[in-house]
Amino acid sequence: MGAEVSAAATKRAERREFVAALLARIPQALVVSGLGSPTYDVFAAGDRDRNYYLWGAMGGAASLGLGLALSRPDRSVVVVTGDGEQLMGLGSLATIGAKRPRNLTIVVLDNGHYGETGMQRSHSSLGLDFVAVARGCGIAEAFATGDCADCDAIARRIDARAGTTFVRVLIEANQPPRALAPRDGPYVKNRFRSALGIEPL
Amino acid sequence: MNEASLAATAPAWQESIFRAFKAARVRQVAYVPDAGHSHLIGRAIADEEIDDVVLTTEEEGVALACGAWLGGERAVVLMQSSGVGNCVNMLSLLQSGGFPFFALVTMRGEYGEFNPWQVPMGKATQAALELMGIQVLRASRAEEAADVVSAGLAAAFEAGERIAVLLGQGLVGHKQWERK
Repeated sequence: MGAEVSAAATKRAERREFVAALLARIPQALVVSGLGSPTYDVFAAGDRDRNYYLWGAMGGAASLGLGLALSRPDRSVVVVTGDGEQLMGLGSLATIGAKRPRNLTIVVLDNGHYGETGMQRSHSSLGLDFVAVARGCGIAEAFATGDCADCDAIARRIDARAGTTFVRVLIEANQPPRALAPRDGPYVKNRFRSALGIEPL
Repeated sequence: MNEASLAATAPAWQESIFRAFKAARVRQVAYVPDAGHSHLIGRAIADEEIDDVVLTTEEEGVALACGAWLGGERAVVLMQSSGVGNCVNMLSLLQSGGFPFFALVTMRGEYGEFNPWQVPMGKATQAALELMGIQVLRASRAEEAADVVSAGLAAAFEAGERIAVLLGQGLVGHKQWERK
């Protein structure tokens, strides 16, 4: 996989374009989005009943994805989050690295900034290397890209459920218009479970 | 150690809690280790039906339990009272998302505590949970532990409530610090 994806990830993708391109290639995947712009990006790519949008719980997206992935080994689970959100839950990469479900992929949209709060620099602008962190946590399949052309290879990997994967996506530090996903948590939860054929209480 | 020998060496009330988990069809057990949970952790690791997940911090377990529920599984989180403080903002996910929740909390800082550093969070544990909308149950005696845990599991996974069961320090046993 690593060889299939651009080795030198110096290019930066447009976030909406990348997320839309990836999600279009994995229609069956279960998707969790981290609060802020990643939730807007996932919703802007097209609302789906297999999306779970977070509007809070900062630092929890990857852990939520882990619980979901363990519960549904028959489905591919993709967490789409931002650098700031993942930094708050950095330890969750260690937890995922210890468990390594084959069907879990973490996609960190990394602009090196806290976009929601005024574009302050995050640690990934100040020396932190997400791919090295993920590998150091035991997620061997960890790589960076900034090119939408890599979405085909990433989607194939997601569909194959061949091992926990971490993707750092370098994106431009800009802010596309907000796309407001539903904020009614119980509605999104119940819709998601219903799409999986789970009966209500 | 195999399952039979694990079950044989633990106090009966600890094994009875694990049996309550099994009866409630718990499929994920997430934990930050604590001596008071060590039997349950060992049983979860040895059980083929259960995914055991060691956490770096307890709040990961809150989010993990919500993900499990989204996928149709029941998860429980094991922590020490100090870990409740680590969870506070993440507990808002339970209310905002309308998720069921069950945590088992071993208490420190309330009974025969030697370490003063355990006391502030121990004193605040129940109030912190209640402030965040979690219903708190408590087991103080060995003979009531399984009943309280079963009741909490039913409230969480049948009624959709958010429940923490505190295991009193008098039950778990306070640490013996003075080495003979």
